[in-house]
Amino acid sequence: MDAQTSPAIAVDSLVKRYKSALAVDGISFRLPRGSIVGLLGGNGAGKTTTIAMIMGLVTPTSGSVSVLGCEMPRQRYQVLHRMNFESPYVDMPMRLTVRQNLSVFAQLYAVPDVAERIATLASELDLNEFLDRPTGKLSAGQKTRVSLAKSLLNRPDVLLLDEPTASLDPDTADWVRARLERYRSEFGATILLASHNMSEVERLCERVIIMKRGRVEDDDTPARLLARYGRVTLEQVFLDVARGQGERREVAE
Amino acid sequence: MSGGSDTGFEFSVNRMSAMVRRYWYLLVSSWPRLLDLIYWPTVQMLMWGFLQLYVSQNSGFFAGAAGVFIGAVLLWDILFRGQLGFSISFLEEMWARNLGNLMMSPLRPAEFISALMVMSIVRLMIGMIPVSFLAIAFFGFNLWGLGFALVAFFINLILTSWAVGIFVAGLLLRNGMGAESMAWTIMFLFLPLTCVYYPVSVLPHWLQYVAWCLPPTYVFEGMRALLIEHVFRVDLMLEALAFNVVLFAAAAYAFTRLLESARVHGSLLQAGE
Repeated sequence: MDAQTSPAIAVDSLVKRYKSALAVDGISFRLPRGSIVGLLGGNGAGKTTTIAMIMGLVTPTSGSVSVLGCEMPRQRYQVLHRMNFESPYVDMPMRLTVRQNLSVFAQLYAVPDVAERIATLASELDLNEFLDRPTGKLSAGQKTRVSLAKSLLNRPDVLLLDEPTASLDPDTADWVRARLERYRSEFGATILLASHNMSEVERLCERVIIMKRGRVEDDDTPARLLARYGRVTLEQVFLDVARGQGERREVAE
Repeated sequence: MSGGSDTGFEFSVNRMSAMVRRYWYLLVSSWPRLLDLIYWPTVQMLMWGFLQLYVSQNSGFFAGAAGVFIGAVLLWDILFRGQLGFSISFLEEMWARNLGNLMMSPLRPAEFISALMVMSIVRLMIGMIPVSFLAIAFFGFNLWGLGFALVAFFINLILTSWAVGIFVAGLLLRNGMGAESMAWTIMFLFLPLTCVYYPVSVLPHWLQYVAWCLPPTYVFEGMRALLIEHVFRVDLMLEALAFNVVLFAAAAYAFTRLLESARVHGSLLQAGE
């Protein structure tokens, strides 16, 4: 499969072992280009490690990950300029103003016409009123919008989002989701979204991968998952899987 | 939008200058950071300068070797502040929790390290230039009067400081903030061994072999030869350069291996303690 037609993300028999702990245990999935997929799982399910391996930050113990046809982490420099990410586990430098931060990252990603791109994102994400304020002086919601702007600077083909609305109020979280939907529909980007927020996943994602103890427990569309588990919400499905009741229910049926 | 390469050996001046710009913004946004660059070199220069004045008034040898102490302290500061400037810029990324953003960007390790080298020189200049003029004003010691010798001393000392800085950056990537104290203290191991304030002949015979394996030893011996005997020892500078090439290559190799190890152990995700 060549780089033009390969899946956006292909994960095959992926294993990550840290000494005696098995963080990811032989998972496989493929994300077609332009899809938006949710990665669900409780704490310690292996979501962050999986995303880190997709980003090339962590080397797999065995198995393979490829992004846009490039094997990670070996070929990461072929593809990093076409990816971006947002996570609550990293920050933008606090003393730099929003504009300075965005311009530095724009230069790292070789974004053409930096000033225009920042102006566009500032307008779309409502950053204008604090563009020249130090990033550390912003509220949590404002910082999330700035992080989102950073993640969209290079118009990525693949966007990895780890808890993109964590610590946001419902209004701001809803606002962020709307921007992500719009970005995906405008640019045909592939989005992988790790989240604990089931309503967010239900609203945004066309497919859900549920992880538990490093394994993929289920992988389907939200509608089919709800039907299969006989539940009304994804949260109920998640709890069934987390508590090991999903298998019993299916067996009983 | 720039393309990527397969190897990671591609070097972009544009990406490197983005990082220099990022550190420059940080530096000029904080007056305590700027003051810190000048404060301690000034205190050290004054202390050693006055000590030299006192000793020279009571010793014929030191009266004839004007500037040995003050020259030593200024050259030591190039070595020490050069490494510290490199390591602090790197630590700023860890303190800011920005390392993940950088590691996920197209920034190559060589570009990152080059930006840290540039910043170590910028920080050094901000601290050392005013202090060198204060040394003229207070003690009549003109560092700039060393001319070409100063260039040779500077190149050798800054190369050593970068090599140590690169090694420390690798340790920080692999071990997280648990290795932070290394950034502040590692260079002090060089203080007794490189014979900053006394000749190598003072050391026990077996320790002299260790001292001569360290490039700064040649620089400090060269400085004493210049100030006491008024001879510029080109041979010492070339030997220092040769040892620096070996040290720099070893540090770059260690950094690469530590970065690989950090990817294997997942340390890049946990840049905290």
